[in-house]
Amino acid sequence: MLEIRGLEAAYGDVPALSGVTLRVGAGEIVALLGPNGAGKSTLLGCVAGLVRPRAGAITWDGGENLLTVAPHLIVERGLAVVPEGRRLFGSMTVADNLDLGAFSPRARAARRESLERVFTLFPDLRARRRQTVRALSGGQQQMVAVGRALMASPRLLMLDEPSLGIAPLLVRAILDALVEINRAGVAIFLVEQNVRAALTLAHRAYILEGGRVVGEGAGAALLRDPHVRRAYLGPLAAGA
Amino acid sequence: MVLAQQIVLGLLLGGLYGLAAAGLSLVFGVLKVLNVAHGELIMLGGYGAYWLFALAGFDPFVSLLLVIPGSLLLGAALYLILFGFVVRAHEETRIKNSLLVGFGLALALHALAVRLWTADDRSISTGYGGAVLTVGPISIPVIRLASLLVAFALIGGLHLLLARWRWGKAIRATAEDWQAALLTGIDIRRAYLLAFALGTALAGAAGTLVSVGYSISPSIGLEWTLKALIVVVLAGLGSMLGTFVAGLFVGVAEALSAAAFGGPYREVVGLVIFLVVLVIRPQGLFGRTR
Repeated sequence: MLEIRGLEAAYGDVPALSGVTLRVGAGEIVALLGPNGAGKSTLLGCVAGLVRPRAGAITWDGGENLLTVAPHLIVERGLAVVPEGRRLFGSMTVADNLDLGAFSPRARAARRESLERVFTLFPDLRARRRQTVRALSGGQQQMVAVGRALMASPRLLMLDEPSLGIAPLLVRAILDALVEINRAGVAIFLVEQNVRAALTLAHRAYILEGGRVVGEGAGAALLRDPHVRRAYLGPLAAGA
Repeated sequence: MVLAQQIVLGLLLGGLYGLAAAGLSLVFGVLKVLNVAHGELIMLGGYGAYWLFALAGFDPFVSLLLVIPGSLLLGAALYLILFGFVVRAHEETRIKNSLLVGFGLALALHALAVRLWTADDRSISTGYGGAVLTVGPISIPVIRLASLLVAFALIGGLHLLLARWRWGKAIRATAEDWQAALLTGIDIRRAYLLAFALGTALAGAAGTLVSVGYSISPSIGLEWTLKALIVVVLAGLGSMLGTFVAGLFVGVAEALSAAAFGGPYREVVGLVIFLVVLVIRPQGLFGRTR
């Protein structure tokens, strides 16, 4: 449903992405792995319309080029992003943040059902819906961030490092929620530094290094891949 | 007792400072643009009410019902013609460009006002203009009291609008994080337009109240921009009610310093507040910290 071909992006003279090609099929969980500075967030930024690429195409549903769509209309197409660092509206309540997630007209029509779905997925949030987001823990905030994206009734959910800076117990809860969301038919594109968890979850994965895709394969196969094991699952990462 | 009287007059004027600052604060908080022509927009609102009074005999408080929607439209037009181009720039260059555009607009509006209404001081004198409410030794000019109440009602209305209305929430979201706002599907250009139009409407309302309780002339713009800026710095961004309270505070502080050191010093105290707040609490009294 999402096809990225030959994507090139740069910040000034510094290239961030060079000819990235990848795709996400309907109902798939696809992980994007790679070290810091590999261009993972830039890639998400391009898809979300926040970063203008130099070249390439991002095709949605086999037709429309998303690069020609105004950024605020992309979510309307059924593509929601949970950005790195959550980027919630901190001075507002949980309820307001979730409500803003359903801002686009299509999502607005399904607001009540979406809200019920988010509260079923993260029961913690129901009790805290009147609280200011800033008063919540990192993990709870991440639940709000995922919830806000789900409120848009997406068909593809893209997450940038959802486990970053969150207590391990809550990481589990969020990753479990992603599997649950995927079971309901939503495709998931997951940028993660928690490689073992991501590969266990994902049907397929891409490895991005220095702005290029240097490897791809089924999640389970990559877990056994010697390069992946050496680079991302060394003894220090064994606890992850 | 003279002191109590001064404090009351300070509060009455401070309410208008709060109203004037609310518009500037909204525009600055959402668009990250400092509209230095805000005072000229207040001046225009004042002349709007003056014209409605002089030509059609409208009571200034009734005129608000025309001046506010008129200013709303003026604000939308100014955004589309001028400030809409400023916000396309990166945030760092935005302030600089907005200052240039704002000063240009301020000069143009000043010249226009001199041409249309001459440089004389004008004030709307209604039949009830001299009415005074006496509470013990303190006398309160009724018209200024009514202005304070109207200002408070407008701020309360704005607060509700931003808290409850769908686009009100969108405006707050854009102010906090415009990229995250885009991700949730908010057309931030539209949020900018609405915020600028609302800010101009508040300026128009403030101008009307100034023209009835005090006086207006084509050159009051800069003075009101400065007052509004002082209040915004004192209050910090993000809370309209906080901005109103800060306006009252500045009004009282001015009155007290005038009473203590003599009239000329009332202008100094605002600038002292400005400096002290910037040094000690740059985010303002009610501002959010990141």
